Amino acid sequence: MAGTIIAVENLTAAYGDNVILKDVTFSVREGEIFAIVGGSGCGKSTLLKYMIGLYRPERGRVLVNETDFSSADEDEINRERLRLGVLFQSGALIGSMTLGENVALPLREHTSLPPSLIDRIVKMKLGMVNLSGYENHLPAELSGGMKKRAGLARAMVMDPKILFCDEPSAGLDPVTSAELYRMLAKINGDMGTTMIIVTHDLELIFRIVHRLVMLDGREKGIVAEGEPETLRRNASDPRVRHFFTHGGGLL
Amino acid sequence: MDRLVGGAPQGKVILDLSPLAYLDSAGALAVYSYREAAGHRGVEVDVYGGADRVRGVLEMIDVGALTTPPLRSEEGRTPFFVRAGEGFVSLWRDFVEVMTFLGELLTALVYVVRHPKGARWGDVLFYMKRAGEEALPIVGLISGLIGLIMAFMSSLQLKQFGANIFVASLVGIAVVKELGPMMTAIIVAGRSGSAFAAEIGTMQVNEEVDALITMGFEPVRFLAVPKVLAAVFVVPLLTIYSMFFGILGGLIVGVVGLDLTFYTYIKQTMDSIRLFDIFSSLVKSAVFALLIAGIGCQRGFKVAGGAEAVGESTTSAVVSAIFLIILADSAFAVLLHYID
Repeated sequence: MAGTIIAVENLTAAYGDNVILKDVTFSVREGEIFAIVGGSGCGKSTLLKYMIGLYRPERGRVLVNETDFSSADEDEINRERLRLGVLFQSGALIGSMTLGENVALPLREHTSLPPSLIDRIVKMKLGMVNLSGYENHLPAELSGGMKKRAGLARAMVMDPKILFCDEPSAGLDPVTSAELYRMLAKINGDMGTTMIIVTHDLELIFRIVHRLVMLDGREKGIVAEGEPETLRRNASDPRVRHFFTHGGGLL
Repeated sequence: MDRLVGGAPQGKVILDLSPLAYLDSAGALAVYSYREAAGHRGVEVDVYGGADRVRGVLEMIDVGALTTPPLRSEEGRTPFFVRAGEGFVSLWRDFVEVMTFLGELLTALVYVVRHPKGARWGDVLFYMKRAGEEALPIVGLISGLIGLIMAFMSSLQLKQFGANIFVASLVGIAVVKELGPMMTAIIVAGRSGSAFAAEIGTMQVNEEVDALITMGFEPVRFLAVPKVLAAVFVVPLLTIYSMFFGILGGLIVGVVGLDLTFYTYIKQTMDSIRLFDIFSSLVKSAVFALLIAGIGCQRGFKVAGGAEAVGESTTSAVVSAIFLIILADSAFAVLLHYID
């Protein structure tokens, strides 16, 4: 299909005998904000780890930018990773490095840019997430929201084609998370970055997400796929309806 | 309550809650327990009346949950042979994991030797300071005391034969060949092996290791290699330092307690140790360093879960490191016997 940037085909995931996902198939189109939603323990984060190449699929295929993670060798996957950015749940900044060093890390390792230019890029990226002036702070000196924004700056520093976010609004107050949504929507709109967001935050879903798949722990797979508004109005599956309405008061 | 149930007539009891203004969950549980106990004797209990709030609290309790068996049965006592078998399997699995990691580590070290620019030399210096410079006081103190104690204890025996001068040989040989490398390694295992495991383990828990992988870094090369290199550079130096202080401890006892002169003590020490002994001890201590840092990092990478797992990995790093040090030391003892 034209415009498909990520394709997950018949992916089956298991820890030992414990099957988490079974025959999961979906695809993400270039330039869209795509969400993976579902209750706790339904395998959202596991699915994300397959999509960023942390786990190698044993059954089924995961294609990202046409690199097949089930058959590619380590070098190919590493090359592909340079085109991906990942925002981890807690930011996952390296604790022993300052914010500036954290953001500069991929540039120093994977490019041969001169240090002065790297410094400028770091300043620019920190400025984009409203953290200008914080390059010499250590992650431990920042609040949760700031860490997450710094994590976003680091994920975006190589201008990735695809950005993955693991529960971007978890642990943030409503004001900070609204700010983060705006930032994500702006990056998507202006730079055309494809985004895959793992979340169960309805506000985030209805505000910025274009399309989503919903996973269910008991089904071990996808129970719904489509646009958020359409699903809320037309879903026949009670689990899907429940998911989209139980938090309706928040909207 | 038993009395109430026992005294109740066959048939029916009506529990009137209307005078009740407030009921907490303990009270509600008492009501249900009463009804259950009565039910066993064939007495039916009808709960009657009660304000809305009281009713609400009663409804909050899921009666079914009181009798639902746990989804997973309590871990019972497994038979001895099963436990022994499981222990052996996990020991074997651990051995395989350590060997796999050793392979990864050696690959990464070879890569760094071939591409020296690919190593994080800043980190190497940082860990050299952590594991080396900051260990100087404790290594000096312990080695000095060990030299002192050994000289003192042996002098009590040797004095009887008028063989005071051999205290110098005894301390010199023991410190240079065995105690220097061994004590240094054990101190480094306790100070730095544990720190490496805790640091990497915490990074593992915070998804920092995952973040490094997704940014295209090799975690072993990025995190383990600087620590291992630093340890291999710094532990032999610490060992020389430890030997010096061990001999100094012996010297103090010799000069103060045994009426030996400074010169005779040093001369006797120099005569009894050979350059080969010092050299082989340094090689040995470099191997110890590799083992300590290697197992520390491996235990760190193995962490999965939370704070408890980090603590477990730290303990395991120190215990395994000390075990490996002793094992390697025995191997060296045999090897050096044949080389020498």
